[in-house]
Amino acid sequence: MNAPTAAVPADPFKGSLWPRVAALALIVYVIYAGAQLEVSWARIETGLENAAKFFSRLFPPNFSRHDLLVKGLLESLQIAVLASTLGIVLALPIGLCAARNLMPAWVTWPARLIIVASRSFHPVIVAILFVKAVGFGALAGTLALTVASIGFIGKLFTEAIEEISLKQVEAVRATGASFSSVLAFGVLPQVFSRFIGFSTYQLDSNLRNSTMVGIVGAGGIGGTLFAAFQRFDYDFVCAILLSIIGLIMLGEVLATGVRAIFIENATLADLFRRGSAMRRVRHSEDD
Amino acid sequence: MLKLNHLSKSYVAGTPVLRDITLEVSERGVTAIIGASGTGKSTLIRCINRLVEPTAGEILFEGADLATLNGRSLRHARRHIGMVFQEYNLVERLTVMENLLSGRLGYVSAWRAWRRKFPPEDIRRAYELLDVVGLAGFALQRADALSGGQRQRVGIARAVMQEPTLLLADEPTSSLDPKTAVEIMELLAGIARSRGIPVLVNMHDVELAKRFADRIIGMAGGALVFDGPAAELDDAMLTTIYGGQGWIQ
Repeated sequence: MNAPTAAVPADPFKGSLWPRVAALALIVYVIYAGAQLEVSWARIETGLENAAKFFSRLFPPNFSRHDLLVKGLLESLQIAVLASTLGIVLALPIGLCAARNLMPAWVTWPARLIIVASRSFHPVIVAILFVKAVGFGALAGTLALTVASIGFIGKLFTEAIEEISLKQVEAVRATGASFSSVLAFGVLPQVFSRFIGFSTYQLDSNLRNSTMVGIVGAGGIGGTLFAAFQRFDYDFVCAILLSIIGLIMLGEVLATGVRAIFIENATLADLFRRGSAMRRVRHSEDD
Repeated sequence: MLKLNHLSKSYVAGTPVLRDITLEVSERGVTAIIGASGTGKSTLIRCINRLVEPTAGEILFEGADLATLNGRSLRHARRHIGMVFQEYNLVERLTVMENLLSGRLGYVSAWRAWRRKFPPEDIRRAYELLDVVGLAGFALQRADALSGGQRQRVGIARAVMQEPTLLLADEPTSSLDPKTAVEIMELLAGIARSRGIPVLVNMHDVELAKRFADRIIGMAGGALVFDGPAAELDDAMLTTIYGGQGWIQ
């Protein structure tokens, strides 16, 4: 054996300069931004006092105006389900068109533009625009959340398609299959379970957002909640908040069931039997 | 049957991977293409069904020049060329049956394919073929549940589902253990015999090539350097194909 002749650098793990500078700059900025907030002990004291007063007036929750409550919740549910369905149906083709490994640039660019535009604004801002366009009510909220769904599902669906194994696609192409058959047999099977995951997550997210767009007049329980806040009906506010929590939890259970059926091939009977055990395994089987 | 005329391929202009390949494959049985890694064997095989675009030359197959085809006519030509891959390239999340039936996609409308409405004749043949490749009873298993040898059997069955008049195999045994590799080669040779079609196999295992191939083609540096029966492949020729001598016993 010959002795090694290559030069040995002094420190093979020498840190580089720029990450350190960036980290330092971040720390300095966080301290500066914190100082801008003018946090003082006196403010914290009065803040805690106000919070205690507010919380004491929340209880006991007042469900006496349940007509209004149920009507608002049902409208929120409507908005969420309609917006999710419409959003998913529209996001599928747009997301597919945006995938750079399957489509030429002149198709992906417009599709990407739609997705980016849909994601640019918070649903509440989009809801304000739709209230101006189509007037107060659930239609505006539905349209706003549809836009949000297109942005979210479209982006994630595109990314999922861009990560597929092209070897599997190549093999299907080699059989002489047409493009749409290649999609059905080579592409969709690889992204289907992830797509179900995004969709149920989006339904969950739409449920939460549908309780909020009402604040700007776009329908749902949010309008009722905002009105109750402004009239200092805090016991009714509490009733609304508890109902929203109930609605979200119901949505979560439903989403888990849908994922279990599509991704793990469970039957309805399995769901009732396994219940909580299902929730623990679903993430591990997701890929 | 299949005739390549002056076929060339450069991925980067000026550095050809295939240099002026002229080759005719008409006889039934196994033709093995051997050569060192990176010498263009895979590119050659993939040029034939246009998974790789050749830079120049003709690919004459069943009366047409595949190099000039596009769209529908290319897809129709591909239906007659089965292909087996080194890493099997099964659609992992589909069942064995769905993978086999994907061999019929060229003949079934997309609308029927989406709904999995294949002709009963195709389904019957798929079950028969599973039996032939030794996977009876595996039809409804997902492809990702199978071992390497089983996957390659599915890959071969998928190619045969096409009822090909030419079968290409790109390093079909390189990811398998020696015993399974022999079984897979026996299966391919059996198909060549029973269906009376040429099987063009890429491989780097010389012994396996000598044992199963009726004809051996040697490649080096992107060009053909040998073409003849296994018996004519001597040590001098192996040195030309692979370079060096130390590895020959």
